[in-house]
Amino acid sequence: MLRVDIEKQLGEFSLQATFTSEGRVIGLFGASGAGKSSLVNMIAGLLRPDRGTIVIDGETVDDTAAGIHVPTYRRRIGYVFQDARLFPHLNVAQNLDYGRRMNGLAPDPAQHKRIIDLLDIGALLDRRPGKLSGGERQRVALGRALLSKPRLLLLDEPLGALDEGRKLEILPYLVRLRDEANVPMVYVSHDVAELRQLATQIVMLKQGRVTSFGGVKVLT
Amino acid sequence: MLEISPAEWTAILLSLRVAVIATLVATPFGIALAWLLARHDFWGKSFLDAVVHLPLVLPPVVTGYLLLLTFGRKGLVGGFLAEYLGIVFAFRWTGAALACGVMSFPLLVRPMRLSIEAIDRRLEQAAETLGAAPWKVFFTVTLPLALPGVLAGMVLGFAKAIGEFGATITFVSNIPGETQTISSAIYSLIQTPDGDAAAGRLVIISIVLAMGALIAAEWFARRATKRLHGN
Repeated sequence: MLRVDIEKQLGEFSLQATFTSEGRVIGLFGASGAGKSSLVNMIAGLLRPDRGTIVIDGETVDDTAAGIHVPTYRRRIGYVFQDARLFPHLNVAQNLDYGRRMNGLAPDPAQHKRIIDLLDIGALLDRRPGKLSGGERQRVALGRALLSKPRLLLLDEPLGALDEGRKLEILPYLVRLRDEANVPMVYVSHDVAELRQLATQIVMLKQGRVTSFGGVKVLT
Repeated sequence: MLEISPAEWTAILLSLRVAVIATLVATPFGIALAWLLARHDFWGKSFLDAVVHLPLVLPPVVTGYLLLLTFGRKGLVGGFLAEYLGIVFAFRWTGAALACGVMSFPLLVRPMRLSIEAIDRRLEQAAETLGAAPWKVFFTVTLPLALPGVLAGMVLGFAKAIGEFGATITFVSNIPGETQTISSAIYSLIQTPDGDAAAGRLVIISIVLAMGALIAAEWFARRATKRLHGN
């Protein structure tokens, strides 16, 4: 599903990661500054590795030796950022529809309804992002990413900007997503409890290196 | 005193036409340049920036004279355009529009550039992860978010264009009905005995137009802030 073998120098910091995963939810675990976000940005194509390969769903999206670098917009990934990044000039419905329009996909009312129900955002459709709470924004961002029909969903600390109460409000949605949406995910977090609940496989990063890889039990 | 004569109407309508055309033609160039200056570093950027601002600080008569040399019938560009495309600028209202466009360009570009610089580029990244190619990102995220700044630039450019005098009169002279705008009409009237009342009316109209434009530009700028904060 996802194969990563990369090296990247970012100033003083060097990142080197190799792993292959077939897991439904790959948990990328590490302290802040361990290189988690850089790694995810490389999978997304927002950052280019100095050396190595990245394969998503059988397609090589990066291969420095062969000079392959598929631009982000052609990778068919979904990306949920810590800060939601909803488009302020569009309402919730237009934000949700954005990925479908940009990819030239036909409307899929069944999937549309399923995801809106799954995330409980039906009542927000007419609102502008500025009028949403942090938790609502994050749910809309999740829906927006899913509705672009990605083959891999990247979540970079999606609960990081929320307080404890809000986290508990969103977590069940993520669990449902894992069990029902059928999209493999890379879930970045420094929170052991979150990953225990969600991840099926763990990649542990420490100062730019993969220190362990395996089932959720490596977290203990 | 408040009766506007046909000759004055002619000048007012000509000014409006010249300023509208100048603004509309300058806008796409303004957006492109604003984007280039806001988003890219390239060799000669400071020089390009200086050239764009030059009409703001050069004596207008110098700009007008340079336009005459370049776009006059015997000018390098003007001769070519007249011969092959049939477009003549010298002593025509189109020349007045060109002069106004050049003179107002710095004012038109500035708010556009500022509003593009103010856009959170992470939003553009998000658009890209959703499958938008760079040109689609520009038209669906960058431009809509910059729109209030684009409109503010257009309004300011329009206000400057409608009042332009020095470069216009140098380049295309002061021909009633063809190149005599409000400004050049005022200039003629205050040199004529008994022209004071007519000049006064045109002065009032100039002030109203300029004030209206400034208020409109301010309003657009406030909208921009609101838009960027998602309310």
